[in-house]
Amino acid sequence: MSADADPILEVKGLTKLHGGGCSRCLDSTGPEAGSNVCPHCGTVVACADVNLNLTRGEVLGVMGESGSGKSTLVRLLYGDEAPTCGSVLFFDPATPAASRTPIDLPALNARQARDLRNRRFGIVHQNPHLGLNFRISAGGNIAERLLMGGEMRYAHIRERARQLLMRCEVAASRMDELPGRFSGGMQQRVQIARALATNPPLLFLDEVTTGLDVSVQARILDLILGLQHQFGVSMIAVTHDLGVIRMLASRTLVMKMGRIVESGLTDQILEDPQHAYTQQLVASSL
Amino acid sequence: MNAAYRSDGYAFGFLDGRAKKELRRAMLKAVCLPGYQVPYASREMPILRGFGTGGLQLTLALIGPSDTVKVIDQGADDSVNAVNLRQFIALTCPGTTATTRTREATLIQTRHRIPEQPLRADQILVLQVPYPDPLIVVEPSEERRKTMHGEADYSRLWVKLYEDLVHFDEITISHRYPTRIAGHYVIDPSPIPRWDVPKLHQAECLYLFGAGREKKIYAVPPHTDAEPLTFDDVAFRVEDFTDPVSGQRYACARCGATDSFLDELIGEDGRKIHQCSDADYCQGRLNALQRMQNAPEAA
Repeated sequence: MSADADPILEVKGLTKLHGGGCSRCLDSTGPEAGSNVCPHCGTVVACADVNLNLTRGEVLGVMGESGSGKSTLVRLLYGDEAPTCGSVLFFDPATPAASRTPIDLPALNARQARDLRNRRFGIVHQNPHLGLNFRISAGGNIAERLLMGGEMRYAHIRERARQLLMRCEVAASRMDELPGRFSGGMQQRVQIARALATNPPLLFLDEVTTGLDVSVQARILDLILGLQHQFGVSMIAVTHDLGVIRMLASRTLVMKMGRIVESGLTDQILEDPQHAYTQQLVASSL
Repeated sequence: MNAAYRSDGYAFGFLDGRAKKELRRAMLKAVCLPGYQVPYASREMPILRGFGTGGLQLTLALIGPSDTVKVIDQGADDSVNAVNLRQFIALTCPGTTATTRTREATLIQTRHRIPEQPLRADQILVLQVPYPDPLIVVEPSEERRKTMHGEADYSRLWVKLYEDLVHFDEITISHRYPTRIAGHYVIDPSPIPRWDVPKLHQAECLYLFGAGREKKIYAVPPHTDAEPLTFDDVAFRVEDFTDPVSGQRYACARCGATDSFLDELIGEDGRKIHQCSDADYCQGRLNALQRMQNAPEAA
């Protein structure tokens, strides 16, 4: 990807420590040290010095084993957690390119961050229980996102929720049912519909297909790809499933022990992995 | 009131000076931040929590010897809760006058109703509140509720309204209707019927809300916006007293009023009748009707 392409997200030096931290934390942890717990002070280095760029309409894959910091990265970017240090610059495509100034996400106050998240970001979790409220109807879950985004017309909310569910291949006749009565795949579709409700330019996918059977996985991925083509949404897809990476992502990062160990075009990484860990990861899945 | 009720054993207004000072400061803060729930140290009162201790503490901190007090329980002055509170105020606040007339009162403590007669700028209405936080229905954690209030994050209340409209075609909240004050905080206006909610909007008088058990005070100051939550294309509605048979509005069986909030009762003949919930309003109309009937005879 060329550096002068239309950027949407620029992440520099993003670091998250759980614990007090000391001056030697970053040097004494990581893939070389074989641990992400600092031997000097016991701090857990969840994510250290992560740099990444995302351009408009691009899908970036993030892969790595459990505990490699993938989910922490998404939580930091989405604003669920505050980073220890580092900057996350968001370039809102809704503002004209000439007057576009980047928004530094960690510098926003709680209300600004929530507003931005509600209007401009979407997230799909691995577990539908994290992304959906199971005590309100599927339509209500989508309505919640729309209401958070400031839509106050009941008829519009109904119509938009119906459209979104139909686009995500959930029968509109079931929009007033509780999500608990849906199958796992349908719950995931409702989650996607909810995430897309406010037409966000940026979508986070956190292990969206884990736990679904293979045919449902394929259809969910098809749906995501279709939506990506239709709306040009930028996505960050976190997964440990190489198939998902291969199908969705044009570029991929490989994480281990909170660090990015390799990054590049997905085909390159999967066909010719450079880092020993990536080689092991690719080999083990084939 | 009866002099026999007066006791010199109590400080004026029962509460000690420090308690009153704290309550007054909390009330001032509540007025300055319309709709914000100000925490305060709710004192032990000689009635049980949940029986109006919050309202009573506000009343006792506000009252002075020149005040005229009215106590309302569900619109009536003569139900047990109202009578007991009125006697207690008379006992501990010598010099004050008790009344049942809305227009004579300077200080009105009420449970679940706002009087029909519009209140004036020199009157204060104190409401007894069981549950001060409207967000309790959607968020169990008080810490998160405080953040939601601070950020004016009320979308989940609207989701509840949405779900109501989906399942019942109308908003089913009959009382404690969430109401947005001065464009920011949403309050639980205590269990007043929907009928009374519009009376909070741009009123002449000061409304004070006291929750004794939950230890919160909040206020709707005079000339403040109070908007019940609703959608742009779904209007807020008050109770409808139209008779489904005749298509006409029910009238009060005592005074014939067709512009008041009605209670449904079973009459002596076993049939349903309707009667004004606000006893003083009903009596006032009856007295006026009687005067009109007597006037020609006198002339």
